[in-house]
Amino acid sequence: MLINIKDLKKQFENEKLVTKVLHGLSFVINEGEFVAIMGPSGSGKSTLMHIMGLLDRASEGKYEFADRDVTTMSDNELADLRNSKIGFVFQSFNLLARTTVLDNVKLPLTYAKDKKNIDDRARRVLEDVGLGHRLDYFTNQISGGEKQRVAIARALVNNPSIIFADEPTGNLDSKSGIQIMEILQKLNEVGNTIILVTHEIYTAEHAKRVINVRDGLIVEDRPVKNRRLAHDGDLLK
Amino acid sequence: MFNTITQSIHTSLAALLANKGRSFLTMLGIVIGVGAVIVIMAVGAGAQSLILAQVKSLGTNIIGVMPGGSAEEEGPPVSMMGISITTLTYDDAMALKEKKNVPNLIDVVAYTKGVGTVSWGAHSYDTNLSGCSVGFTTVEDGELDQGRFFTKEEERNLSRVIVLGFTVYNELFGESEAIGQRVKIKKHTFSVIGVMKERGTVAFQDYDDQVFIPIMTMQKLIAGVNHLGLIRAKVDHEDNINQVLMDVKLTLRERHDIIDSSGKNDDFTVRSGAQALDMITTVTNALKYFLAAMAALSLLVGGIGIMNIMLVAVTERTREIGLRKALGARTANIMNQFLLESVAVTLLGGIIGIIGGGIISFLIAAGAKFMGYDWAFILSIQSILLAVGVSSIVGIIFGLYPARKASKLEPVEALRYE
Repeated sequence: MLINIKDLKKQFENEKLVTKVLHGLSFVINEGEFVAIMGPSGSGKSTLMHIMGLLDRASEGKYEFADRDVTTMSDNELADLRNSKIGFVFQSFNLLARTTVLDNVKLPLTYAKDKKNIDDRARRVLEDVGLGHRLDYFTNQISGGEKQRVAIARALVNNPSIIFADEPTGNLDSKSGIQIMEILQKLNEVGNTIILVTHEIYTAEHAKRVINVRDGLIVEDRPVKNRRLAHDGDLLK
Repeated sequence: MFNTITQSIHTSLAALLANKGRSFLTMLGIVIGVGAVIVIMAVGAGAQSLILAQVKSLGTNIIGVMPGGSAEEEGPPVSMMGISITTLTYDDAMALKEKKNVPNLIDVVAYTKGVGTVSWGAHSYDTNLSGCSVGFTTVEDGELDQGRFFTKEEERNLSRVIVLGFTVYNELFGESEAIGQRVKIKKHTFSVIGVMKERGTVAFQDYDDQVFIPIMTMQKLIAGVNHLGLIRAKVDHEDNINQVLMDVKLTLRERHDIIDSSGKNDDFTVRSGAQALDMITTVTNALKYFLAAMAALSLLVGGIGIMNIMLVAVTERTREIGLRKALGARTANIMNQFLLESVAVTLLGGIIGIIGGGIISFLIAAGAKFMGYDWAFILSIQSILLAVGVSSIVGIIFGLYPARKASKLEPVEALRYE
């Protein structure tokens, strides 16, 4: 079990009101899965992803990540865990401006304990996503699809146990979107665990399992029949 | 560890370079502050060296006796406040000259000074009138260019003789022969018996821009007073100065019927050159540090500017902070990054300020030298260390709050920030 969540609840509070977002969710995700968390906006899927990605904390319930109880960990322990075990891909790429592609990919490694061969490791993952020729480009000099591939390379560079992709195709044209989905599928084929957050059934059907969240509750948790396969050249060797 | 630091420095510098214009403007406050401290310290030290050199040129084995007591041991005598005090007389000066009273004195000169117009024919010139006793040539090392100085007899019998300072001679006579000529001061006619050698300014006293008249003549004919403004005396050896100071006090107390030996009731003040030097050093130091502190205030203002701009930077880069945290940056990583940025700005500003301030100080020193002052270019290591230290501290202190604010951001909040 990579992720074990039981009766997970989340509410946001300020002086005036309490907003309950997640009302008690339970599920298990194992190594090697490709899960799409689906739901309309406001369903709580992003909050769920933030908690699963250790960016936020649950208000109640059990969460074990890689057999460790993360609910009691300190901020710095969570930071170390994110650094070593988790990769993120965001809808809006979140690349550093005025920084080269290579330096962006190196960023997680600068916070890692093992700082050996940072350059080589970053180069290798960039070549894996087909950007070996863009190493010294600045992030404002490349296309949206390339930006998202840089973000994937950045998510991969620390050899994570799991990759969270939050609407990774949301800001891309369909051709670039398909390329990204293809990379994610290939990464899953070689053993990476992938959590895809999306509001589109079309995108979700690239995964192997769909967890459908609505109004803070899981309304459906099913394997994907007739899974879509993205094919666009041979980007990932 | 080392890797982390170089990485942080790299990140900070990259952030600064990304906003060159803003970084420079932020830095400007520090540049001006540090530059001002450097210039003030350097100019202060230069001016101080000039003043001290002037005082030292008097010779440190000279003592001065001024009328009026002083409130405290090292304070200035009240006579320096512009109040005329009549307690010192010609006879006091003569008593000090006697070996039985003060054995270690070589000679004594008594002064009564004033200002007046000296005229020769159609020429006239406003100058300082220095009524003095014959001891002048010995005590003040006065040397004659032409003629002679007046004698003891001329001093005593109200002789109307005059010795001209070099400037006065030039102004009145130009190239003409002065010895034997008659000049007028306040309707009294004096015969010129000598011209002093050109000497320049010593201890802020322009020796060339004055005329010397026998003291009695000055008192009776011109000033209309019986008291002295100042007595100066030359001690045979510097080691004996303290002994002389004591002997002078005892002699004057006895003559003035002062029984109290504590000095509180003294109606005169005795100072040695060394004491004057100390006093001037204290005063000029205080002035220098006061001015430096004023300049340091601008560093404070610069620091607030840095805090302001760093707070803007933290807000602007909230998403970046969120991203860095998501990718595994610990609280300390973020803190160090922003702290290093503000320290880098202030330190760089400090270095530019030191270089700029150094250049300005050098130009001031060069200008002063060109104008004939004995002005040293002094850029002390202390003032550099002070400037660097203060600017780094300013960077740390004023960077701390924004850096802390950045490091406390919740990753998810920061990532969501638009």
